[in-house]
Amino acid sequence: MKDSPVVKWLISREGLYYLALAVLLVVVLPVALDAFRLNMVGKYLTYAFVAIGLVMCWGKAGILSLGQGVFFGLGGYCMAMYLKLEASTPEATAIQSTPGIPDFMDWNQITALPWFWEPFNSFAFTLIAVIGVPVLLAFIIGVAMFTRRVGGVYFAIITQAIAAILTILIIGQQGYTGGINGITDLRTLMGWDIRTDEAKTSLYFVTVALLFVCLFVARLIQQRKLGRILVAMNTQETRVRFSGYDVAAFKIFVFCLAAAFAGIGGALFTLSVGFMSPSFIGIVASIEMVIFCALGGRLSILGAVYGALLVNAAKSGFSESFPELWPFAMGALFIGVVLAFPNGLAGLYQTYVMPLEDRLFRRKSGARGVPRAESATPVQAREQAAKAGDYDPMIDQYSPEKS
Amino acid sequence: MFDGYTTSELMSIFAMQGFAGLSLFSVFVLMALGLAIIFGQMGVINMAHGEFMILGAYTTYLTSSAFQSYLPGLFGGYFFVAMIFAFLVCAALGAFIEWAMVRHLYRRPLDTLLATWGLSLILQQAYRTIFGAREVGVTLPEWMMGSIQVTDMVDLPINGLFVMIIALSIALAVYFLMYRSGWGKKVRAVVQNRPMAEAVGINSAGVDRATFALGCGIAGIAGAAFTMIGSTGPSSGQAYIVDTFLVVVFGGAQSLIGTIVSAFGISQAQSTLEFFLSGSMAKVITLLVVVGILMLRPEGLMALKIRR
Amino acid sequence: MRAAKRHSKDFLLAVEGLTVSFDGFKAVDDLSFYLDPNEIRVIIGPNGAGKTTVLDLICGKTRATSGSIRFQGRELTKMKEHQIVHSGVGRKFQTPSVFEDLTVFENLEVSYPQGHSVMGALAFKRDLAVVEEIQTVARTIFLEDMLEQPASLLSHGQKQWLEIGMLLIQKPKLIMLDEPVAGMSVVERQKTAELLKVITKEHTVLVIEHDMQFVGDIADRVTVMHQGKVLSEGSIEHVKSDPKVIEVYLGH
Repeated sequence: MKDSPVVKWLISREGLYYLALAVLLVVVLPVALDAFRLNMVGKYLTYAFVAIGLVMCWGKAGILSLGQGVFFGLGGYCMAMYLKLEASTPEATAIQSTPGIPDFMDWNQITALPWFWEPFNSFAFTLIAVIGVPVLLAFIIGVAMFTRRVGGVYFAIITQAIAAILTILIIGQQGYTGGINGITDLRTLMGWDIRTDEAKTSLYFVTVALLFVCLFVARLIQQRKLGRILVAMNTQETRVRFSGYDVAAFKIFVFCLAAAFAGIGGALFTLSVGFMSPSFIGIVASIEMVIFCALGGRLSILGAVYGALLVNAAKSGFSESFPELWPFAMGALFIGVVLAFPNGLAGLYQTYVMPLEDRLFRRKSGARGVPRAESATPVQAREQAAKAGDYDPMIDQYSPEKS
Repeated sequence: MFDGYTTSELMSIFAMQGFAGLSLFSVFVLMALGLAIIFGQMGVINMAHGEFMILGAYTTYLTSSAFQSYLPGLFGGYFFVAMIFAFLVCAALGAFIEWAMVRHLYRRPLDTLLATWGLSLILQQAYRTIFGAREVGVTLPEWMMGSIQVTDMVDLPINGLFVMIIALSIALAVYFLMYRSGWGKKVRAVVQNRPMAEAVGINSAGVDRATFALGCGIAGIAGAAFTMIGSTGPSSGQAYIVDTFLVVVFGGAQSLIGTIVSAFGISQAQSTLEFFLSGSMAKVITLLVVVGILMLRPEGLMALKIRR
Repeated sequence: MRAAKRHSKDFLLAVEGLTVSFDGFKAVDDLSFYLDPNEIRVIIGPNGAGKTTVLDLICGKTRATSGSIRFQGRELTKMKEHQIVHSGVGRKFQTPSVFEDLTVFENLEVSYPQGHSVMGALAFKRDLAVVEEIQTVARTIFLEDMLEQPASLLSHGQKQWLEIGMLLIQKPKLIMLDEPVAGMSVVERQKTAELLKVITKEHTVLVIEHDMQFVGDIADRVTVMHQGKVLSEGSIEHVKSDPKVIEVYLGH
């Protein structure tokens, strides 16, 4: 049991960081906070999905998307459409001139359910769409842009324009989308009332579980050659291309991955707050998502979680007591993170806290057994044991700045 | 969508909407010129550009109030004074921002984008604190009110015409400054080969600061012009930033002519579509077409075919 | 000219009528040359002769305006860069371009010709064969003791070797090197010449170089380019005594 790779990983430095986050999210916060506050944390965590995606896409591969709100919103709207249809039974909407369709459609003189709403009667379809719709859009944008070598600032601006377009479209097409108010008054998920405290607490744990799934997917990618190529592409795109890689394919992949994470986050967001509206999609919301990632440390997937939690907690704190100061704080955060702490909290942690940890660790155990994620042949294992510094810096010279 | 209109009605609609589009065109040109200088020449994305424009608008507002209170006799000419003030205030802030922030980020364009976004948040909130959340408007001098009647159905407002003339004059001035003056030559030298430019004795840091300040100053003038056709609020600038970026990128980042052509095309398309569709759909379609074209032709309309 | 009469399939690389123009300026103008298998060919020529552009055209970095590049009978001009690499053409750039953040080992591993698709890169495992292959190449490029060093800590010359190693591990049939000894010390230069001689036992090599002594050391044949065209071609002695070459190099 003690030799199982999982246990070994958990007592490695990296494993302990994951363990610490798990303890915080699964034990400390649920014990310390009441149901209302815990639901708030759950809401913040849904942004962490976006932030993890941005770490992979922007931090690692250097592709800055200012349109992650689009994917977050699409995931959220897919879920909201399903929930809205469930809430709009003919009985519940009997007073409408057309019973059985969502209330905002009735207000806008629409008399039949639009075709693209139909499939959202199915929960299975909705689950697929939550990931599928954002990924499909990301794929189209990715193919169009990356195969033509559009990158950097141009890509950022175009993704921002797409965020603007989608917001205007949703607000303008009130009858089909609920307009500026969004899709509201969501009640049950397959008959399960999502508005109760118990439901919200359960949803919180679902969010945490899915968050760890995404974290492990991201971690797997960054440990594999795939992750190394993403990083390499960021600084030496030409060399990667002339090492025989189709750079565009890798960019499309990582952009779709970020979109998938954002879509999952968006769907959970809808469940957690009980509505979805265009204000979570637009330019401002999208660029705020970048700061979650930047504050945590643009190269650190764990940092992204902390970044999303901290920025959103600060935002709520400020909005409750000094709403007029929040934009100043947010602005200062953007400037400070870029000018003074480009590696965010993870960078600071590595510089200031890890040396302390090192002293602590060394006192406790002389030689830390370090497992490898990739199964190694015996020969290799011996070889690795012989060489103090291993070939895989992601694990052995573990740095939160990079993970 | 043309059903129910006679040909002459359609002509008038196009003329009127075309003219309405020209006001938008003027704002686009003025905003985009500043952006194009900063982005095209320096590769820096200034997300706070809209806020610089609004700073110019507030400066104009203050100047007009001052004239109203202290120099009512000269009120007719306040706009020209305001324009100079707007330029100076914005250029000064621009130079400061370049020194404090942007110069540290020249090799990190994406980071500049984020940092200047932070700046735009701070400026917006500062405007809100100082000037209040409500939009303010200036009183137009008398000679700018009224309109010229061209035909029975077509009325051209004088303020709109005036703003367009300003926009085109500034565009011309920028052209001469960038392509016909010694200073412009220095700027272009730094763009093309920084180490070489430094080697021949050009103070590249100074050129950077002046270029950034000039771009911001032009945004200030844009703001002054903006007050002639709309009212000013703390977030008015943000509404234009994405559009103007698209104008700049669409035109080809290093081409002033391209910027003007694309500003014209985008503003006209949007304004004409607006008459037939809802405003939001007009904007969606315009933006989609622009993004679509950019996907097919990422280098923009007028970019030179460069050796890569 | 003699070569043109042979069937182009006999050659490893046949460049015919290659032209590229940038806004009317013809950087390469109706260029033709042919490489035999296992040949070391050096391209020389004054600055701006279009040497680097020729390599750019062959590896797909720049697209030809007209003309053909046939490699083992396959047309390269329409292929994407990574496809050209997969068909067996490796290219080293003028300035060393290695992945500074990665170790020497990882640099070579990234270049290992396996797991080149997204899913392949996800599934790729570092097995014994990979490790052994990397160690072999590292020995060839004199970096076997530095496998765990980050590439950023290597000297300029070592980075050049590492990049050559990154080509070798791809097992290309044609290796193209752009000024491989530029900025190297005399010792490094000699070692590089040795390295190239080892390499050519199994590869065809196309080199751009200025250093005439180095050229004389390694070249089987030399192609002299001037203003986008072939000025002269043949053994080093032949081109050195060609009056046209003397005119271009010494005439002005």
